[in-house]
Amino acid sequence: MTAVAADPSAAYLLRLADDCLVLSHRLAQWSSRAPTLEEDVALTNIALDLLGQSRALYARASELDGSGRSEDDYAYLRDEREFVNCLLVEQENGDFAVTIARQLLFSTFQLLQWRALCDSTDMQLAAIAAKAVKETTYHVDHAVLWVVRLGDGTDESHRRMQAALDSLWPYTAELFEDDELTRQLVTRGVAVDPEKLREQWDQTVERVLREATMQQPAASWAPTGGRQGLHTEPFGYMLAEMQHLHRSHPGARW
Amino acid sequence: MSERSHEPLWEVFIRSKRGLSHNHVGSLHAADAQLALRNARDVFTRRMEGVSIWVVPSAEITASSPDERDPFFEPAADKAYRHPTFYDIPKEVKQL
Repeated sequence: MTAVAADPSAAYLLRLADDCLVLSHRLAQWSSRAPTLEEDVALTNIALDLLGQSRALYARASELDGSGRSEDDYAYLRDEREFVNCLLVEQENGDFAVTIARQLLFSTFQLLQWRALCDSTDMQLAAIAAKAVKETTYHVDHAVLWVVRLGDGTDESHRRMQAALDSLWPYTAELFEDDELTRQLVTRGVAVDPEKLREQWDQTVERVLREATMQQPAASWAPTGGRQGLHTEPFGYMLAEMQHLHRSHPGARW
Repeated sequence: MSERSHEPLWEVFIRSKRGLSHNHVGSLHAADAQLALRNARDVFTRRMEGVSIWVVPSAEITASSPDERDPFFEPAADKAYRHPTFYDIPKEVKQL
């Protein structure tokens, strides 16, 4: 298996799918240890939405790259360098504020992306996007509600929310990067030009941060590489945990 | 799970797809009404149970007390004539 699928559309779908799967697993790590029971259910609901989205995308990618790989093959039998998710989604959960900040930054981006992909010339991708728009709208709503309450809450919640935002902000630059693959697929009407989503993303995030009485961090360093399979340190540990059972007991079933 | 005493309790009412009225389904803790509504969505409607949700602060509900049970409900027990069973329904009336 190679990091970049031969079919460009399949390679693009893997990026979308890996974003969903990795964030889904991060959220699932909150299961049984969220700050409150209600939030435990909320976070795992979002994780399940994302898992469902990733499954549909892997199935479509498998059709396009002709490899006949199953969803499990993509999730459990690829190594770190073969995952092409963005760096933002793989960052550790941290405290609740970090998880919520990551969710605000990513879901806002993902919602814009899904909306644009509803017009993709790949009809199956367009259908997946149309379903995902509703789910992701709720993810944004959930994140916004918390960011406003924690940002505009107590001294401690404000401090933590701001620290979380500051630590994750550098990873947002990568979301809007284009490369040869996206440019090629944008011409064919399959993909969205990530750069085109930037303005609306900026507006939405700025509005939320203002309401939350938070400071928008200044642009600083902009780590990148996720789309080429170059990941940050925490990702390897996450993947090892996620894949351990399947790799130790191939074909294990409940 | 952390200390929740600072978060008020909310009663949750859900109207199901075919239902005509909201039914009480349970209660939960939340810091404010908007969070309570979303928590209710996540906790009580995961399996398509509803199309509409109400949340009401539990503190706003005035409930009858078990001590008042006899004066409240006992007097109705022997007033069978309050049930509409003492007249014949004409044959022509089908939907009643």
